[in-house]
Order: sequence, then C-alpha cells, then structure tokens
Amino acid sequence: MKVLVPIKRVIDYNVKARVKADNSDVDLTNVKMAMNPFCEIAVEEAIRLKEAGSATEVIAVSIGDKACQEQLRTALALGADKAIHIETDAKLESLHVAKLLAKLVEQENPELVILGKQSIDADNNQTGQMLGALTKRGQGTFASKLVIEGENAVVTREVDGGLQTVSLPLPAIVTTDLRLNEPRYATLPNIMKAKRKPLDVVAADSLGVDLAPRVELVKVEEPAKREAGVIVESVEELVTKLKTEAKVIS
Amino acid sequence: MSVLVIAEHENGVLKPETAKVVSAAVKVGSQVDVLVAGHNVAGAADAVASIAGVNVVKLVDNVSFEHQLAESSADLIVEIAGSYSHIFASASTTGKNILPRVAALLDKSQISEIVDVIDADTFKRPIYAGNAIATVKSLESQKIVTVRASAFDAAGEQAPVAVESLSNDNANTLSSFVGVEQTESERPELTAAPVIISGGRGMQNGENFALLNGVADKLGAAIGASRAAVDAGFVPNDMQVGQTGKIVAPDLYIAVGISGAIQHLAGMKDSKVIVAINKDPEAPIFQVADYGLVADLFDVLPELEQAL
Repeated sequence: MKVLVPIKRVIDYNVKARVKADNSDVDLTNVKMAMNPFCEIAVEEAIRLKEAGSATEVIAVSIGDKACQEQLRTALALGADKAIHIETDAKLESLHVAKLLAKLVEQENPELVILGKQSIDADNNQTGQMLGALTKRGQGTFASKLVIEGENAVVTREVDGGLQTVSLPLPAIVTTDLRLNEPRYATLPNIMKAKRKPLDVVAADSLGVDLAPRVELVKVEEPAKREAGVIVESVEELVTKLKTEAKVIS
Repeated sequence: MSVLVIAEHENGVLKPETAKVVSAAVKVGSQVDVLVAGHNVAGAADAVASIAGVNVVKLVDNVSFEHQLAESSADLIVEIAGSYSHIFASASTTGKNILPRVAALLDKSQISEIVDVIDADTFKRPIYAGNAIATVKSLESQKIVTVRASAFDAAGEQAPVAVESLSNDNANTLSSFVGVEQTESERPELTAAPVIISGGRGMQNGENFALLNGVADKLGAAIGASRAAVDAGFVPNDMQVGQTGKIVAPDLYIAVGISGAIQHLAGMKDSKVIVAINKDPEAPIFQVADYGLVADLFDVLPELEQAL
C-alpha cells in the first residue's frame, strides 16, 4: 500500500503571529517556521503503517516556494521514502491545494492519503475533504484512530458529541486529529540519511490547475484586545463580584 | 440574495447552533431556506420552521442520511444548491466535515468560520489561532461558508413556515457507518452552555476533574478542558476548548488551573466574563481574565461550591 502525506510549512506553533503595520497580512519576516503540527501527526501515522507492514511506501509532498523543502527533508528524516515538492510562489487557497494534490493522486495512485485536519496559519480545515470530493474517495476526517482492515480503512473520528467510527473502502482520504499519535523526533543519523533520499521538484504550473485567486484578502487586523481585569483576594469576594458587578450568576 | 442553511441536529433534535447560523444568514440575504437532512428528523424540521427569518424548510428524511456522512450529505447539498447565492453551515465537526466537500464538488473556494458578515461577499474570520482577524472577500458566484455559531446571537422565533418534504436516496459506497460512542452527560453541551468551568494541567489527573462537578452543578455549567489536560490524558478530547477543540463564548467562563496558552485563549477569549483561578500569579490567563484569583485550586473549588 502506497501512502501519500501532504505537509505544510507554517509558522512555528510556539510563535505568536504579528499583524503587519499596514494591515495587509501577518508578518512572517524572520519568523521561525516549522512543519504544521497536524502534518507531523500525519507523517508519523504513515510511518507507523509502514513499520506495521501495512504500507510499502510513504511519499511526502509539499506545495510552496523552495523553503518548504526543509519540511520535506524533515519528513524524510522521520521515515518517508521520497518527497515531492510542487513548486510555486502563488498564494494558494485550500481548493487550489486540493486540486494540485488531486493531480498528484492521479499520477501516484496512493491507496491512502493522510493529511492534517487543518493548518495552524489559515485555520481552514478544508483540504482533505476537498481532496476527497475531487478524487471521488471516501473521507475519514479528524481521526483519532486508524486501522487498516483488509481493503478498508476503519477510522475513529473526533466529533462534537464523542467518537464516530466509519469504514472507508480503499483508496481513501484520512485527516488527523491531535490524539491519533505522538510524533517522534528525527535522530541525527536519520537527518543525515534524509539528505540522500530522493526529492523531486515539479512546477505547479505544469499540472494544469488554474491557481487564480478566488478569495481576496482585504485586510488583517489585531483582534480586539481584552483588558486584564482585577485580582480578587478571596472566593467570597469573587462570588460577590460575579453576582453584583458582572451579574452573571444569581 | 438567497441563502441555504444546513441545519445541525443530533438524535433527531435540532441543535441551538442552527438559530445562530440563521441569524448570520439573515445578514446576507432576505431569503433564507434551511435544509434538514437526516433520519427521523421531522421534529427538528418543525423546530427550524419557527426560527425567525426562515423562509422555507426543506426536509429530507431518509435512512441514507441517518449518520450525516460527508459523502452522501455533500452530494445531496450539491443537488439542492441550485441557484442559492450562499450556502451556510455551522463550523461544528459536522459542518466542517461536509461543507468543504460540497465546495470542491461545486468548484468553489470556501470561507471557514466567519465571525462577522460585512456584506454579501465580505466576511471576517480569525486566522493564526485568533491572533489576527482577516477580512476576506469572496470572488465566487456562489459563496460556501461555515459560521462560528458562538459569534452570533440566536435568531428569535416566528410563526412556523412551511416544511417541504423532498425525496432523495443517495446510495453512498464511499463510506459506511460503524458505530458511535457518545459522551454521556447530564450537563449542557459546551457550545451551548451559558456557563463553562474548565480544568487544565493544574488539575493534576483525571480523577480530580470530579472536583469541578460540584461547582458545575450549582451553576448549571458545562465542563471543559485545556489541550494540555487532554494531551496529558486526563479527559477525552471532546471536552477540549481551544483552537483545535471547541470555540465557545459563554456568559461566564471559569478557567481552573489553566495557564492560558494561545491555543486555549483562541477557544474562549470571546466569553463575556472570564474568571481565572491559578496559583501562578504570572500565568497568562490573568491577562484576559475579568476576575483573577491567585490561589490553590484544591482549596478554592470546595470553598467556591459552598459559596454559590
């Protein structure tokens, strides 16, 4: 079974995003970048499938400028067999990404695509579902458990009221939630080995997808700031203030 | 402008998010129709008919939509989408699962989790865990949008409008339902509760979460948790409040033993009143709290329960 893992280069999750002074966007100059945390979980799950003997090949793919090769090397160091960089400087929406990935799915024909449920920059939570629609495959989103049973992927999904389990005939699309696994760290020898693993570069333009914007970013602002309130000295004072000042309890 | 709203329901009961999504839809267009798709959902459809601003309720009651699987639901919505200028759904796990599939089938870019409607094409939405608010304008002829329900007030009531039954039986071969484990709770749901009390890593273990029960009982509150508490295995993920969990905005939010990571704040900072209880006076949660109490939660919780 071949597994395709799309990954995204995003702002490091420990870094607080700052808005540019001209309100045109978030300022990413000299900001530490990393693999999107949900994508790390996707890479880990694919590698575990390979270690368990269910997967035979793990291919990592990333779309963006040259810098995202850094995250592809990380995926290779973690255990992916090869990487594909779809190169473009265009600012892409989830639909564009899903369309480019659909082209790659057509070429590589993986039985399983595992990707993060959302990126922590745009917070869209769309790409996996869109890829499911475009490739006419079933989708197991927000997965906290993935089991390959014969010709099916059985996916336990984190839903608002608890957990839902669905069975998807392969080929299928799975998106990861936090509890699916705990990603490993790359070891130094594996980081060295990763430098020799294949990394193919494909020009996004060569895939025949219209990448024209469909959503215009009008402006980006700081959220309304919440003022710190008061420190109360006791539970009694707290309850009194909630009753008489905030009037949220009676 | 005409908006098709996808109703949110569970076990045949309409969820309160729907009236909030309708109120966002009303800001866009004069004609708001609501699709209720599921199995044994006639009661939910009747409830939708009484939400102020709803024009027509479209009911598809068929066993093939029993579990609201994305594959069959998306095909159904695409069939009904027709000439609607907008399609709105709640940014719940159901809406998030289905709507991007609809968008791709219709070849449209989706706008996720709007918190404000500027005009029929332009919306505000949080990005980077709510550290920035983007104003985005859709250039699409048909706008596919998910709505952060907690950012909108529920629409009021009206004399019930007509419920139109549609027949549709989408055979779905791409996925099948295996089972569901619903969290059993007598408490209100996090996304609908007027009061929430949440525990963080400071709770130390899962058993200690029981200490929140007494206060929650007195206040009729839902119980939540930070991602740190979920990651540590104290409680299940469906209790998580934060960027990657549930986004809530209750009248009163009580954060107990929660430091206030960006990730958590993204899920609760729009609450009307925030109370923080933490023994670390430097905890970032105090910067957003209206009332802070620097104390050991194990002393405070029994005392608070008594005082209420």
